[in-house]
Amino acid sequence: MQSLALMATNEGGFTPPTISETHLPEIFPWMAEWGTGFGKNMLMAILSVIIIYLFFMWAIRKRSLVPSRLQWAAEAGYGFVRNTIAKDILGEKHFAKWVPFLFAIFFFVLVNNLFGAIPFLQMPTFSHAGPAYLMAAIVYFTWIGVGVQKYGPRYFKLAVVPAGVPKAVLPLLIPLEIISNFIVRPVTHSLRLMAVMLAGHMIVMLAGSGAEFLIGQQESLLMNATGVLVLIGFIALYFLELLMMVLQAFVFALLTAIYLQGAIEADAH
Amino acid sequence: MEMGERMIRAQLLQAAAEDANPLVPNPWEILASAVGFAALLFVVVKFIAPAFEKAYQDRRQAIEGGLHEAEKAQAEAEALKAEYEKNLSEARAEASRLREEARAEGAEIVAEHKEKAAAEAARITEQAQQHIAAERASAAHSLQAEVGTLATQLASRIVGEALEDDTRSQRVVDRFLADLDADQSAQAGQTGAAQ
Repeated sequence: MQSLALMATNEGGFTPPTISETHLPEIFPWMAEWGTGFGKNMLMAILSVIIIYLFFMWAIRKRSLVPSRLQWAAEAGYGFVRNTIAKDILGEKHFAKWVPFLFAIFFFVLVNNLFGAIPFLQMPTFSHAGPAYLMAAIVYFTWIGVGVQKYGPRYFKLAVVPAGVPKAVLPLLIPLEIISNFIVRPVTHSLRLMAVMLAGHMIVMLAGSGAEFLIGQQESLLMNATGVLVLIGFIALYFLELLMMVLQAFVFALLTAIYLQGAIEADAH
Repeated sequence: MEMGERMIRAQLLQAAAEDANPLVPNPWEILASAVGFAALLFVVVKFIAPAFEKAYQDRRQAIEGGLHEAEKAQAEAEALKAEYEKNLSEARAEASRLREEARAEGAEIVAEHKEKAAAEAARITEQAQQHIAAERASAAHSLQAEVGTLATQLASRIVGEALEDDTRSQRVVDRFLADLDADQSAQAGQTGAAQ
């Protein structure tokens, strides 16, 4: 990326893409100001729901005991959320009722992330702050709600006063726990996802505009060849991005499960 | 190199400051995501999760049921086998018992037949002896009569017509035969004693 930027500035003609270009023109109202209209991202968020619904309902429609490949793949996806995320974190006793919630979170985030790797869509929904804040907020209020429902107001004491710590350290620890559990947690939960997706999307845009600039707008054959190199390098980054998309969806769902577990078993630690 | 990097950063920062702060959310996006996620959660809770759980449970039951069935079938097969073996050994015992019986019966029959045959043979022998004795007696009797006649005729030829008188000649012959009989029985007594 640095060499690309160097060359671009040396020529003096390259303008790197900006954040505002991660927004396509809004659909409603048409060409609205940045961040004020209804655009592609929103359609994709809804499209993801349709895709998830159709895929899983189609795959499981026969409910055969000896599954087809498609059914097997869908069951593997469901089983991954059910066993690896829900059962392993929440434990045998509590996990069953949280499987649908975690399943919806994981696949909503996953499919929306993968939109960033699909040509023409080429936009991870969560590279915008809005959906990421929303998802983190849903999780935030869910685990607090679970804690309060189970322990009443006492839950906040359980959540911020660590057990088995000398009393002298408590004045120091309690503010830290409040900050880490109730303030930092939702912020990191949402920004981690958003920042990784945005960075990945920026790489796509940078590689695209850089290659376009080097190949399309430069006379020198050397520059054109460098543009091809940029595209080749981008392939590796594309796969890295693919990995990040899946990983972020997993991390998001895993953290959700961990927060829920902390709320359900607040008296255990 | 550094200059370029710095310029890019400056431009990005500038761009961010001017027209796009990525941390500021678009309310439309929040709304669309909220509606989308709510719809997704609804269909997952209502349809997808139950369908997958049911498929899982069905498979589990099918496997457990299959194992149970197999165990049952095996137990049945073993019971049948035990029964067959029992029947077979009973049949074998029965067969050998029957064989023994048959052998004993056969032996009995053979013995009975032998006895009968021996009795029959004895009876036949006895009959034959009686018959022979009767024949002999009748032969002796007829000989007695005939020898008398012949001897008389012979004697009459020898001595002439003097001995025509029947009563007298009969007396002579009787005496002669009685002597002969006594002679013979003395001889037979002697031979019997010798034997």
